Amino acid sequence: MTFVTKPRVHHPKLPINDLGLTRRDYEGSVSTLCAGCGHDSVSAAIVQACAELSLPPHRFAKVSGIGCSSKTPSYFLNRSHGFNSVHGRMPSVITGANLANRDLMCIGVSGDGDSASIGLGQFAHVVRRRTNMLYLVDNNGTYGLTKGQFSATNDKGSTSKKGVPNLYEPIDLVSMALQLGASFVARSFSGDKRQLVPLIKAALKHKGMAFIDVISPCVAFNNHAGSTKSFEFMREHMQSAVQADLIFGQPEITADYAQGTRESVTMPDGSILQLYKVDADYDPYDRIGALTYVQKMHEEGHVATGLLYVDPDAVECHDILETTAIPLNELSEDALCPGSEALTAINQGYR
Amino acid sequence: MSSNINDFVIRFANVNGSGSASANGMFAKALFRMGIPVATRNIFPSNIQGLPTWFEVRVSEKGYLGRREGVDIMVAMNAETFAEDIDSILPGGYLLYDNSKPLAKEFVRHDIHEIGIPLATMLLPEFADPKQRSLFKNITYLGALAALLNIEFDVITGMVSTQYKGKDALIEPNIRALELGRNYAVEYLSAPLPLQVRRSDAVGDRIMMEGNDAAGLGSLYGGATVCAWYPITPSTSVAESFENHCKKLRIDQQSGHKNYAFMQAEDELAAIGIVIGSAWNGARSFTATSGPGVSLMSEFLGLAYFAEIPAVVWDIQRSGPSTGMPTRTQQGDLIGAAYASHGDTKHPLLFPANPKECFDFAADALDLADRLQTPVLVLSDLELGMNESLSEPLQWDDARRYDRGKVLSAQQLDEMESFGRYLDVDGDGVGYRTLPGTHPEKGAFFTRGTSRDEYAAYTESPDAYQRNMERLQLKWQTARQLVPSAEIVGRGGSVGVLYFGTTSLPIPEALDKLAVKGIHLDTCRVRAFPFGDEVEAFVAEHDLIFVVEQNRDAQMRTLLINELQTNPAKLISILYFAGLSISADFIDAQISAYYEEHKLARLTEVKS
Repeated sequence: MTFVTKPRVHHPKLPINDLGLTRRDYEGSVSTLCAGCGHDSVSAAIVQACAELSLPPHRFAKVSGIGCSSKTPSYFLNRSHGFNSVHGRMPSVITGANLANRDLMCIGVSGDGDSASIGLGQFAHVVRRRTNMLYLVDNNGTYGLTKGQFSATNDKGSTSKKGVPNLYEPIDLVSMALQLGASFVARSFSGDKRQLVPLIKAALKHKGMAFIDVISPCVAFNNHAGSTKSFEFMREHMQSAVQADLIFGQPEITADYAQGTRESVTMPDGSILQLYKVDADYDPYDRIGALTYVQKMHEEGHVATGLLYVDPDAVECHDILETTAIPLNELSEDALCPGSEALTAINQGYR
Repeated sequence: MSSNINDFVIRFANVNGSGSASANGMFAKALFRMGIPVATRNIFPSNIQGLPTWFEVRVSEKGYLGRREGVDIMVAMNAETFAEDIDSILPGGYLLYDNSKPLAKEFVRHDIHEIGIPLATMLLPEFADPKQRSLFKNITYLGALAALLNIEFDVITGMVSTQYKGKDALIEPNIRALELGRNYAVEYLSAPLPLQVRRSDAVGDRIMMEGNDAAGLGSLYGGATVCAWYPITPSTSVAESFENHCKKLRIDQQSGHKNYAFMQAEDELAAIGIVIGSAWNGARSFTATSGPGVSLMSEFLGLAYFAEIPAVVWDIQRSGPSTGMPTRTQQGDLIGAAYASHGDTKHPLLFPANPKECFDFAADALDLADRLQTPVLVLSDLELGMNESLSEPLQWDDARRYDRGKVLSAQQLDEMESFGRYLDVDGDGVGYRTLPGTHPEKGAFFTRGTSRDEYAAYTESPDAYQRNMERLQLKWQTARQLVPSAEIVGRGGSVGVLYFGTTSLPIPEALDKLAVKGIHLDTCRVRAFPFGDEVEAFVAEHDLIFVVEQNRDAQMRTLLINELQTNPAKLISILYFAGLSISADFIDAQISAYYEEHKLARLTEVKS
């Protein structure tokens, strides 16, 4: 970590977005994570995505659990409120935050320890409730803050820093999210900003549960030869199924992609999600196909990445609950309290 | 039995799942509608069908609502418990049973009256369907009881018509079954019995309601918009009540959408997490659970205490420890709730004693949680929560405004030079908070369970940590001033009795019994923790205080000793914890025995 305070001045040529803000207005405080930590790249990608989308930087609720990943909401969007809650419980806290004010954008950041072990139950249930949020996991396969124990996403046979192999089957959060009803499921790599930033942008624009599993190597405890969550392993083995890009206005025709491999999806706000499929046969609207693809890739020693599944017409939790369009935390006392006259009638019912 | 009119205990012994609850409930309601005070107690198993269940109604012209020992009339409809049910009848009491088969010799008691009604035989030609016969058996004994006890028959038939409104096909057979029972009693039994009821005005304008129902309704009136919960007996009906009332009272007229969110969570951990998340984001929220749920929620309660987030938790206590007796009552969660979570953590507790107080405290708890920015636990119990009790009618003051506590608006933030979330600006230990998304540039802060300074910045500075913990202690002192104060009735005596929650129910009767023996006690009904100055004064001003509670370990006494540095020698425990509710007989006997043993002066003796 660094002890240098971030200067508030910025380069005069930094791009200014539609709100008249630069990327710096979306940043947070200085990271205290290890130099080179994958998580810092993820935070930077969130900053870039929010700035490029010109989202108001104070209209987010950032919630996390416990662990290195869960520290990161401090490092982006410091005009928004953050909540570093308890281990594995980010999903319930963010569900509450979202129930209270459906107009705020909700970003939940968790880790593989936080989501795949103590928080596995809450992960499963927030997905099946379809809370309207971006659920992002910084997945490094290890418990960094307690110095390098295997986490539940660590692949069987992947080794610790001392060369000891992991003996247990890994939990794949992407497969679980697909099975449990997430309407946007992606995987990416903290070392591939070109893939990650558009995915975050698309996820933020998605209505419903958007889940991104980001392989984010731990430079201190899980970046050695023998680890399947290292920078080197990911660079060699990541397999992108669908490259996503979010654009406004009419899509440009580019010649880079073969016929039949490009698709456009109109998002709720009118922006267009462009999907570039590496394989023309891959169908990102097919939940079961996505599940099969992810597992097949894993079986073959690869890591499936990209936008693996999207349902642009999905419902979210508030649709299911039929809550009013006004945020619950803004309802007036008149709307909330039926008053004494109604109570007199209610009393009669108990006579 | 001190009198033959409006003063007895009737107990119905049934098999659960046999449809008896409806008939038994109508019995109690009929008496209530005749203006006679009744207290109902449902003693039920942790089971859906086939196990013994009892429904007890105490009828008391004097308005004694606590449980009374002994049964005057036993309606014995469960073969499995027949022997013990007959045993529980007081000498001179009545046994009502189905004599379609003759009473076996071993069940005959010569000191009670047998009232045999051939229910099975009578119903056989009337109802072809065996399931109907079983259901209408209950209605038929209700009809017989109407004649035997002199209950106004049209009060009962009126209830049947109301209950089955819209299902008219059910009204006729119900009335027929009622008449069958009544006619049999009139023709073959010496109805009415000497023991009977008579229309009264002792109920006044009171209502009859379950505490949990009142809690759900009070939460609605108090402005709760988020209820997240996980099913657990005996708390489930708090959440269900909230939803049921919301469906009628919280629907947006124009859109038809809901002005509330009702979410059954995957467990108690998630339930309290959702409550804390929504309260952090400015929605009034609550959950309802029981002791095991409070254990599970403890980690989150510690977070909310330390991060200073409002939350309201209803703990409808049942018999612990562990799963304990899940369908029996107790007051066993005081210490667990007061100090829930690790480290120096403590939470305000409220102790409602009747349905009206459940309603009032539901709204008060939401105000207190917002004002103090901390979790508030309301400790009810199965006795209050799941039984219909007489209660003063519910009231709401239309001039009342929700106290949302110290929440800064965008305009207020603009007018401030600097904002520190945990600065004690007012000297009461409570800082100002902001809600997410309020202001484009000001007021955002990071909420965390780790130590931080006055400006919400993470710190491990020993000084900053200690300052924060001391401020929380100051906030605790503020809480003492804000929580509902105790009800104290004193005549300047040196001996008092202190109680809370449902332990209050038998107290008036116990005091009357003791007064007859020359024992007069000042009373203190504690309504909240931390204890206010008035409780401290009551404890200080009395030489001896009986602390009556329904747990083994004298948890209220422990809190008094711990928080007020009370001399333990002056606090005498009266403890009942067997799972039924504490009775006046028990309290009277314990206190009398103490007087006897310690040869304490009585008023009559002083006078003589």
